[in-house]
Amino acid sequence: MSKPTMKEVLLNPIFANNPIGLQILGICSALAVTSNLKTALVMSIALTLVTAFSSMFISMIRSQIPGSIRMIVQMVIIASLVIVVDQILRAYAFSLAKQLSVFVGLIITNCIVMGRAEAFAMQNPPLLSFMDGIGNGLGYSVVLLTLGVIRELFGAGKLFGVEIIALAKDGGWYVPNGLLLLPPSAFFLIGLLIWALRSWKKDQVEKPAFKMAPQVVTKEAY
Amino acid sequence: MEHYLSLFVRAVFIENMALAFFLGMCTFIAISKKVETAIGLGIAVIVVQTITVPANNLIYTYLLREGALAWAGLPDVDLSFLGLLSYIGVIAAIVQILEMLLDKYVPSLYNALGVFLPLITVNCAIMAGSLFMVERDYNLAESTVYGIGSGASWALAIALLAGIREKLKYSDVPEGLQGLGITFITIGLMSLGFMSFSGVQL
Repeated sequence: MSKPTMKEVLLNPIFANNPIGLQILGICSALAVTSNLKTALVMSIALTLVTAFSSMFISMIRSQIPGSIRMIVQMVIIASLVIVVDQILRAYAFSLAKQLSVFVGLIITNCIVMGRAEAFAMQNPPLLSFMDGIGNGLGYSVVLLTLGVIRELFGAGKLFGVEIIALAKDGGWYVPNGLLLLPPSAFFLIGLLIWALRSWKKDQVEKPAFKMAPQVVTKEAY
Repeated sequence: MEHYLSLFVRAVFIENMALAFFLGMCTFIAISKKVETAIGLGIAVIVVQTITVPANNLIYTYLLREGALAWAGLPDVDLSFLGLLSYIGVIAAIVQILEMLLDKYVPSLYNALGVFLPLITVNCAIMAGSLFMVERDYNLAESTVYGIGSGASWALAIALLAGIREKLKYSDVPEGLQGLGITFITIGLMSLGFMSFSGVQL
């Protein structure tokens, strides 16, 4: 493998190798916090910072970490960073921290953070790992913000709590689609997003695990 | 008794870990291709959840909570900011101990669970169980019931999804939607189904 350049590690994860779209990492929080744009934005920033800094710190001490306990060391670094983020949110944006409830804490078990630490930061120098963390954080943020915009705009007619589309109940024309604020819509939207991404980048399409022989008539197959 | 029963039912159906809170999604999608493995993982999650939630409850009540260290002569100490770090430590340790115990005393179960046990450490559903327990201020008995219930809810969801995906193998899915895409839409429909429980008053 050739040495990755700064630009590659920063830009690749956004579309070509998106952590959510392709690697199915860190979906839990992506779905839960996107019913409005504000929480989605805060979550994106928090995750990007945690990923970037944890990658950097782990990369700094990568040659000192004994192989057998590296998971625990990584976990401790990540957990400490998340505690810092959590305390900052509680101090300066308490109502937002309440809305995000357990999901800030769950950054610890977010597979993106751990995955980047394990897959990238253990082999690469600190600055590059930092950029890789930022890149993956941005890839995650792109998906999160897209979902946040769609769900809040069409579900409540608002963005950041400011009314964009005039709602029917206030004399406007738009009847909001309440389903978009409920959990199932997040699954549908991510499914469709992945469909769009894969129609655009054909090489990401998965091979079907099972295919009928061409001569089989559908009726016979069952 | 009724209180605990309704807590259990609420944890399993109304507040389903996977379908209402989207927790443990990574493993939920990755390990749901076959019913057998899905059920194995589900059982492992129930076991771990039943042990870790009450264990973390004890740690929270007697070590971390504000004024919890009064028994040690330190009534003004509030260590609740260390919560995240200690919960994940407890979960990792319990999973490790469970793995060793099963390996020694119940090898058949150990072999059945196989690689899933270590995977559970990074399953957000387990961590979230402890965090919800703290947020909702459950006592020891409530948190035990909640642990069993939330574990069971996740196991139920993954077993159902695996069943659907096994059937889905034979269907003709549009290109680009194959694999991940259609799985998401399936989960969306399941979650829509589970939403109907939300009208149940307990």
